Amino acid sequence: MEGQSKLASFETAVLPHLDAAYNLARWLTRNDADAQDVVQEAYLRAFRFFGGFHGEDGRAWLLGIVRNTSYTWMQRNRSPELNMALDDETQEAESHDLDPEALLLQKADAQMLRQAVEELPVEFREVLVLRELDEMSYKQIAAVADLPLGTVMSRLARARKRLQQILASQTQTEVLS
Amino acid sequence: MTQEFIHAYVDGELDLARSLEVEQHMKECRGCATAYRNQTALRSAFKNSSLYHSAPAKLEKRIRSSLRREAKSEVSGRSFGWRWLPVGALAFLPLMALVVWQAVPGLRSSGDELLAQEMVSNHVRSLQLESHRTDVISSDQHTVKPWFDGKLDFAPPVKDFSSQGFPLLGGRLEYLNNRAVAALIYQRQKHYINLYIWPAEQSNATAEVATKRQGYNLLHWTNSGMTYWAVSDLNGVELHEFARLVQEAQ
Repeated sequence: MEGQSKLASFETAVLPHLDAAYNLARWLTRNDADAQDVVQEAYLRAFRFFGGFHGEDGRAWLLGIVRNTSYTWMQRNRSPELNMALDDETQEAESHDLDPEALLLQKADAQMLRQAVEELPVEFREVLVLRELDEMSYKQIAAVADLPLGTVMSRLARARKRLQQILASQTQTEVLS
Repeated sequence: MTQEFIHAYVDGELDLARSLEVEQHMKECRGCATAYRNQTALRSAFKNSSLYHSAPAKLEKRIRSSLRREAKSEVSGRSFGWRWLPVGALAFLPLMALVVWQAVPGLRSSGDELLAQEMVSNHVRSLQLESHRTDVISSDQHTVKPWFDGKLDFAPPVKDFSSQGFPLLGGRLEYLNNRAVAALIYQRQKHYINLYIWPAEQSNATAEVATKRQGYNLLHWTNSGMTYWAVSDLNGVELHEFARLVQEAQ
């Protein structure tokens, strides 16, 4: 595949996923300008590697590259997030939820939810964004984030648990203030 | 049953038998029933909150034009096209294929090919800005090595080769090949060498493999459980000399 024909088939297969690419980069970098730079670089990389793409899942393939590019960006900007190694082995204590949390979640407005997701550690944030916003299957998430399937499942469970805790503490502060 | 299964159930990831099991279990376990309610509440909160960030319109324009530039440079970079080949020359194609095969040994798998590309872009980027070059600046291996401590899940071997004409300038962290890797920067007169190190997938040592990408020389090998990639605009002979020093130091 040379020049124009490569460009044309790349644009057909990969460009439609621009929103998904930007959404992921935006949630990982938490900043519009950086997300745009990351997405542009990811698209250039994707174009160079397009020969290795065999028409499977274009979105998952692109998002994998966006994720790697975002991590490189975080590394380069010495984001402190990457130094917190997440331990997938230990299980959090299974505190059984109290009923009022469901009510609390219904009351949580978009602003609170956005803020709570941004507060999550990046490893939790990425699986949650891919699941809830891109509605990807565990298998697709595993491919994008380069994780075993079981880890995807346990991380999602822990991510949601943590999100509820953050939301709970937010509402409490709001009631008090 | 752990609550992870409740999540997998809400996400529609369980097969029928498992789903029925979960439903039965929730009738008996109040905690799991609550967890289920929380998960569905959270899901609808996500649905109603429009948290999705759509790409700004100008980003698509920007990407389209950068792709066009890239496509052009790829074509002109390969000006040695097939078009000029007279039909008779087709007879030599098998021979040419053999030559090409030998000219790029070790890069037969597309994985290595991608990696080589990634290495070169990383190398170029690291030299564009002085602040990108090193996270820890030191020619002292006893400063650089402990700096990596706690930042990586392995301890990269760090040696200074000043007396052999390859002084160590420092190190930094990089994210390559889907993992955090150590990058060491060395200098040879006016040339910089990036040496990337991470734990090897196989324990057996492999011999040096040389290749060239966009005018840069790359050497990679595996030794003592670590994979090494050296990238530089230095000539092949001196880069090989450098690789020998690294290998002998272990």
